Amino acid sequence: MITRLSINNLTKRFGGLVAVGEVSFDVPVDGVTAVIGPNGAGKTTLFSLISGFLPPTEGTIRFEDDNIVGLTPDKLAARGLVRTFQLVQLFPEMSVLDNVKVGQHLHTSSGLLAAVLRPRATRAEEAQVEAKARELLDLARLSHLADRPAKILSYGQQRLLELVRALAAQPRLILLDEPAAGLDANESKHLAAMIRQIAASGVTVLLIEHDMSLVMSVADRVIVLDFGRKIAEGTPAEVRAHPAVLEAYLGGVEIADV
Amino acid sequence: MTLPNTTSTERAGLLLRAWPLQLLPWAVSAAIVGYAFIVGGYVATVIAFALVYVVFVTGLNLFMGFANQVSFGQNAFAGLGGYASAILTTTYNWPVLPAMIAGIVLAVVIALIIGYPTLRLKGHYLAMATLAIGLITYEIAVEWQSMTQGYLGISGIPPLGIGSYEIISDRGQLAILSIVALLAVFIAARIKSSRMGRAFLALGASENAALALGINVSRTKLIAFLTAAAFAALAGALFVHVVGYVSPEVFGLHMVILGFTMLYVGGIGSIAGPLIGALLISLLPEVLRGFKDYQDLFYGTALILLLIYAPRGLAAFFERRERTGSAS
Repeated sequence: MITRLSINNLTKRFGGLVAVGEVSFDVPVDGVTAVIGPNGAGKTTLFSLISGFLPPTEGTIRFEDDNIVGLTPDKLAARGLVRTFQLVQLFPEMSVLDNVKVGQHLHTSSGLLAAVLRPRATRAEEAQVEAKARELLDLARLSHLADRPAKILSYGQQRLLELVRALAAQPRLILLDEPAAGLDANESKHLAAMIRQIAASGVTVLLIEHDMSLVMSVADRVIVLDFGRKIAEGTPAEVRAHPAVLEAYLGGVEIADV
Repeated sequence: MTLPNTTSTERAGLLLRAWPLQLLPWAVSAAIVGYAFIVGGYVATVIAFALVYVVFVTGLNLFMGFANQVSFGQNAFAGLGGYASAILTTTYNWPVLPAMIAGIVLAVVIALIIGYPTLRLKGHYLAMATLAIGLITYEIAVEWQSMTQGYLGISGIPPLGIGSYEIISDRGQLAILSIVALLAVFIAARIKSSRMGRAFLALGASENAALALGINVSRTKLIAFLTAAAFAALAGALFVHVVGYVSPEVFGLHMVILGFTMLYVGGIGSIAGPLIGALLISLLPEVLRGFKDYQDLFYGTALILLLIYAPRGLAAFFERRERTGSAS
């Protein structure tokens, strides 16, 4: 098993509160890994630590061969680690197409002077950016809305747009923070298919999710957090039968529902 | 997904309705400048100043409208550009064009020195820091008398021109300033639809999302700040050569307030906004002159009404059909 991300003894304390405590796990290159846990289990804090938005109190995070603790989110994105947000963070006034174009910022290089003078190389780069953005919008089934401001999209469409915008940055590891939150059953199904497709294309997927049906249908491995600690790890089937998990989920009601 | 699918004919209809309205700010601007050109004299002078402000406000718009940052200190860069060009052309007998360029370079260098540490600050801290820049520049203009002649100011600044050819007539100045203002607007439009422009807009909308997509937020902010400073310095240099005189008051805090008013009335974030805003706000006192003592009252009322009925400015007001459109 080749490891994309390796987390070792990761701890984040806010004053006396341990949001994430001595968590260790590996994320293999292939497939989809899900982090689940009740509200307040530390999932989003964990994501913020991995994506460089918060500094850990202790522990190491290795992405591919390097310890990435201390690197800022933009540096991590440049290395191929890109995240989405629990509360969708689009650029609402920009067009749907331009949102995806921004995602390609890292892989383009035109500066201000090129913007004004538009030499051939810049025009070629821009044409490429446009083509790639339209391709990604096709994947999200948003092509017909390409020129509309992102703010007019439905909630589900906004989530999909954020996802393809992150893909535009060509990550090798993509972190999805509750990608199914607020989606209806149909949208959720479309999302699950897209996540499988992303994983199949060689991008490692690590996601946090409340929606158990999504986790059970897309995840190859599940890590369970409770009160900031890892309490279980395994395949979806193993995890849903794990006594500590059933305990954490109040008698397993949420999981039994699936 | 329940989306009203706009057919191509519907979309064409939408465009037809929206297009003339979007053109309106441009048409009105052209009419105002054209009128000033024909009438000449005092009106031409008022519009010449307005065109200088188009350059200033277009720069402000890059930093505030696109990148969504606040700066109360853009007058400092106009002052630097203006004073540098005034001193170089009078005391050191430089030709106008190189003096103006030197003024812009100086302003950008100072903006870099100031912007590098302050752009790491957020929100109110940045605003306060930029306010201080404006005040410090004003004090230097007042106190460094051997260079600036203090409150007296510098007079006898040569008019715009290249080599021995000087543009002295009202109409000549109006023509050259129209070209420069249009060029400034054109540059802003090109920036807006480019990779860097998208990065400005992105960090303006969500710094976290921009960071997560690999945009170096503080560096990009700095680029926007430097660009705005260059526009401000160009405006300041144009101003001193058009008027032929400069004093510390020229680049006082009122310049910032006037620039803000023009930006918000015209339409912050839009391309036509600084143009129409600068022209209309410059004309407003002239139009209201008939009201004599009540001039300020009408001026204030007009601004409040504008901001109530066109909160995103005139340019955005005319784009509204296109923006909210049919799908929602």
